[in-house]
Amino acid sequence: MSIEALPAELIEGPPQRRRSWRLAARNPSVIIGALIVAILAMLGALAPLLDTLPPAEINPVFRNKKPGAERVIRDSNGAEQKYVHRFGTDSLGRDVYSRVLYGARVSLIIGVTVAVISVAVGLVIGLIAGYIRWLDGSIMRIMDGLMAIPAILLAMGVVSLSRAGLIAVVIAIVIPEIPRVVRLVRSIVLSIREEPYVEAAITVGTPTPLLLVRHVLPNTVAPLIVQGTFICASAILIEAILSFLGVGIPPETPTWGNIMAEGRSLFRIYPHNIFYPGLCLALAVLAINMLGDGLRDALDPRFAKRV
Amino acid sequence: MRLAMFTYVLRRLLATIPVMLIVAMFVFLMLRLTPSDPAAIIAGDNANTEQVAEIRKRLGLDQPILTQFVIWIGKTLQGDFGESFFFKKQVAELIFDRLEPTLSLAFFTLVLAIIIAIPLGVVAAYRHGSWLDRIVMGFSVLGFSVPVFVIGYALIYVFAIELNWLPVQGYQRLAQGIGGWLQRLILPSITLSVIYVALIARITRTSVLEVMNEDYIRTARAKGQTEAKVLIRHALANAAVPIVTVIGLGVALLIGGVVVTESVYTIPGLGRLTVDAVLARDYPTIQAVILLFSLAYVLINLAVDLAYTFLDPRIRY
Amino acid sequence: MAGAASILAISDLTVGLPRGADRANAVEKVSLSVDPGEIVCVVGESGSGKSVTAQAIMGLLPRELTTTSGSILLEGEDVLKAGGARLRHLRGTRMAMIFQEPMTALNPVMTVGEQIGEVLEIHTPLGAGERRLRVLEIMQAVRLPEPERLIDVYPHQLSGGQRQRIMIAAALVLDPALLIADEPTTALDVTTQAEILKLVRDLQQRRGTGVLFITHDFGVVAEIAHRVAVMQRGRIVEIGSREEILRRPRADYTRMLIAAVPSLKPPARTPKTGSVALSTHGLSKTYGSPGLLGSGRVVRAAQSVDIAVRRGETVGIVGESGSGKSTVARCVARLIAPTAGEIRIGEVDVARLPERRLRPHRRNVQIVFQDPYRSLNPRRTVGTSIIEGPINFGLPRPQALDRARRLMTLVGLAQDVLDRYPHQFSGGQRQRIAIARALAMEPQVLIADEAVSALDVSVQAQVLKLLDDVRRRFDLAVLFITHDLRVAAQICDRIAVMQQGVIVEQGVTAEVFAAPQHPYTRALFDAAPGKYAEFGAVAGAA
Repeated sequence: MSIEALPAELIEGPPQRRRSWRLAARNPSVIIGALIVAILAMLGALAPLLDTLPPAEINPVFRNKKPGAERVIRDSNGAEQKYVHRFGTDSLGRDVYSRVLYGARVSLIIGVTVAVISVAVGLVIGLIAGYIRWLDGSIMRIMDGLMAIPAILLAMGVVSLSRAGLIAVVIAIVIPEIPRVVRLVRSIVLSIREEPYVEAAITVGTPTPLLLVRHVLPNTVAPLIVQGTFICASAILIEAILSFLGVGIPPETPTWGNIMAEGRSLFRIYPHNIFYPGLCLALAVLAINMLGDGLRDALDPRFAKRV
Repeated sequence: MRLAMFTYVLRRLLATIPVMLIVAMFVFLMLRLTPSDPAAIIAGDNANTEQVAEIRKRLGLDQPILTQFVIWIGKTLQGDFGESFFFKKQVAELIFDRLEPTLSLAFFTLVLAIIIAIPLGVVAAYRHGSWLDRIVMGFSVLGFSVPVFVIGYALIYVFAIELNWLPVQGYQRLAQGIGGWLQRLILPSITLSVIYVALIARITRTSVLEVMNEDYIRTARAKGQTEAKVLIRHALANAAVPIVTVIGLGVALLIGGVVVTESVYTIPGLGRLTVDAVLARDYPTIQAVILLFSLAYVLINLAVDLAYTFLDPRIRY
Repeated sequence: MAGAASILAISDLTVGLPRGADRANAVEKVSLSVDPGEIVCVVGESGSGKSVTAQAIMGLLPRELTTTSGSILLEGEDVLKAGGARLRHLRGTRMAMIFQEPMTALNPVMTVGEQIGEVLEIHTPLGAGERRLRVLEIMQAVRLPEPERLIDVYPHQLSGGQRQRIMIAAALVLDPALLIADEPTTALDVTTQAEILKLVRDLQQRRGTGVLFITHDFGVVAEIAHRVAVMQRGRIVEIGSREEILRRPRADYTRMLIAAVPSLKPPARTPKTGSVALSTHGLSKTYGSPGLLGSGRVVRAAQSVDIAVRRGETVGIVGESGSGKSTVARCVARLIAPTAGEIRIGEVDVARLPERRLRPHRRNVQIVFQDPYRSLNPRRTVGTSIIEGPINFGLPRPQALDRARRLMTLVGLAQDVLDRYPHQFSGGQRQRIAIARALAMEPQVLIADEAVSALDVSVQAQVLKLLDDVRRRFDLAVLFITHDLRVAAQICDRIAVMQQGVIVEQGVTAEVFAAPQHPYTRALFDAAPGKYAEFGAVAGAA
């Protein structure tokens, strides 16, 4: 048998778009989105060092000041210093600038936490639904039921069951996101299961758990990352809405949503309470959505959708 | 043929029952999972244990859970959602009161969104890669990212406060005059429609683009068909199914948005009712509202399913 | 040669490829012509540029491809210089095209009548009623049954052959001078293909249409061509009459292609006497259930199939789509479980064993799949894919890799490519890797499920030779599933012909081919295109 000496053939067959992480790293949406998120995250992390006041500190004398208002503060040595309320103060005299920066922390942490948890839980349930046929029917029914309740209502319902707080809000937002992940994972499993290379693995005696890990799971990574990014954006929005409506995180811990909630009543006269946090919120969610879009274009997971 | 269609509709309707059952179970369990005792809440702060026990008996809260569930389902199906802890009125009555504003808002938004979004998406697909396409796509991501209430306040600031063209907030019943009714619905509808337009424009563009790669488009061109007809008659007609699907799924976003929009514009609709109820932990109302909204969502998607049979001859009964 | 009366005259056509492709031009300096009333076949393997040529004529090239030089004269007019509106006018009235996949080439949401009528609507001032009459007329001309009923039907309600007739109807309704057919029968069954070819030939004769027929199948060429153009890598290698090309090819490439086409006459083979490695008795597979109120559909994919394969023997299962041949293969490989019957590998009946008890037996039956692009996990190196099986059964990794290396040499690939990924190989090379993977398990039975159907004819010949060598070397029992009669004739000792789940005839290949008993078998052989032509043969009989 001679060594292969075929003439160089044109690569026939379906063209495979080189989906790669390197491609993702060069995608402009990814770069811009990631950059903005990184900046916001840093602002949140470094908030205490960025000329801020403690965000929960109430100061009724200085309430409802417009942006740019100055004030004299005594620092720890008793010396007098000038402090400028860049974004003004709210109805309890708290510095909006400080609250917005600290708010970045909570909002972003909630986003990431919800994304990670819902992807993890959804992955497990989706794998089970895709591979164990007799459980598939009941699992998908339950998922359908959960999806029938609009996410905000579901979240509000869960929040109403318990004390308002970080954990409650996280759980409340995770629950409506899980069914979508389950659907995604399940559809991937179902389609990969049909692929000839999976059938080949069966014929060479690969047991089912190994089959899942080796052949099915790697196909879920890219779509789940993209989906996770969109979930993060959605979670930040939902938390903001919940807090804005007053059923989210209580105001001692600032989030962009509850800062805006504070500013509702006097909006006509003091719009700064709404606009500064609103801007940050929009920017963060926009950046994360761009990141998700860019990742999806580069990694070409045909399954991940925003809705 | 008529019979086949009827049985198909019936079968699809029956299929929604298990889903609604799960929703009902969840909603029912909500009340049972509360940290506080509903009987105690109703009885008030000054009641003694005997009065609380009596209220509990009256509400049937001392029965086994399964019995309670069955009784609750029975009552719900008859339209008796119980009495609101907070408002001290029949929940059914509360809901009925608030129906009109929410329906008006939703209807307007839906119409507005579809009229704007689909042509936008088609044009973006047709001229894909051009600056127009990029603008539409950029707007769509923006529409998705800026939260509804921020848009609401921005619009209020510009149009109501600065320019003073439109009223700031509030709602006027249809019965009190159509002009005022319309006027007060303009800003809220636009606000709410932004996210919906973003969603639909995007899916329209994506579907049409995908379809444009199909073989039958090439066949149509091979016949000498003009690009415009190819786009509408061949591409859009086939893209209709995913577009309509997303319109149905997007209603979930719409419902969420209604809650927020009514808060921003102080419209006395079901959304506001939900918020008030959650804040007050008024469980009967919360249950009823979730149930109703879910039912509406399920029925709308059922209508979408049935619409498929008109849009795609391969999906037949 | 191109004359003044030629319908189509392509001169020096060059179409460029975008940067980064493996060659500069999709087609280079291509010249050919079609006269009235003649069928010119353009033959070539994949990547030869034949489709690009066809698309260039209609002005339907994808955006990335640009015509850089040359002219295409349609009845004397250069279509490359025609403006948009003129081109749109020419399409459908003077030139028309039919494509390979009839299902996807028709709009699923329009009735077939509307789609044929669309041509009339675009180019004629006829009203709706008149259009309908013309549509009915042309539907009859293409021999569609019950035109009155079919005209309002949707594409998915028709069979593949019927859909292709609709396409032909739409193409010919305005009597264009040129019909371009881009592999129109490749996706059809052999018997359907024969009907369509006959239809095209008849219509063309009656109307004097010039036909440019793209194909990769020399049988088709032998069946209908007047003249033949052979293309390779974007260039025309040779043009001549059918006789010249098929009997006296001059170019090396043409000769190589012709030699690679298996003959329909089976060579003499010595009967095999090894032990029976695989046998099925009453193998059946039924899908679906009667359902509530009898609304469910029951599909009997395989019914009572009895086959036996000895060691060292190749048994072929031949049939069209829906015949159940793939179902039988998948049952034997236990990818699906049969509803009834026995499957004996050696002495053991594996038909209904639960997975745990089945696993040790899996090594005895291995399968090579049809699609070389999907049978290897794209994320794993080919080496990892090959050793996966042996490692499952306890072979330590170094030994497994050793075995993999030896097998790579055996299948004709270099040893050091084990750590490359599937996408770095061509289709033929991937099939070799798939064979290596199957052999790594040291099976007794090898199933080839349409293993060469997706390969070009030259590559096909090489892979068939490899399979034959491997069979002899390891004394394998080979179950060869195919729809291609030529391939079956060449390499199978015995064949079984299946139709709709049932074996209608079985026996020694030479005997079945020489004297088919069952009417279906006879119809199948009759339909084989170019059955009277003589081509080269694949070496390696008996």
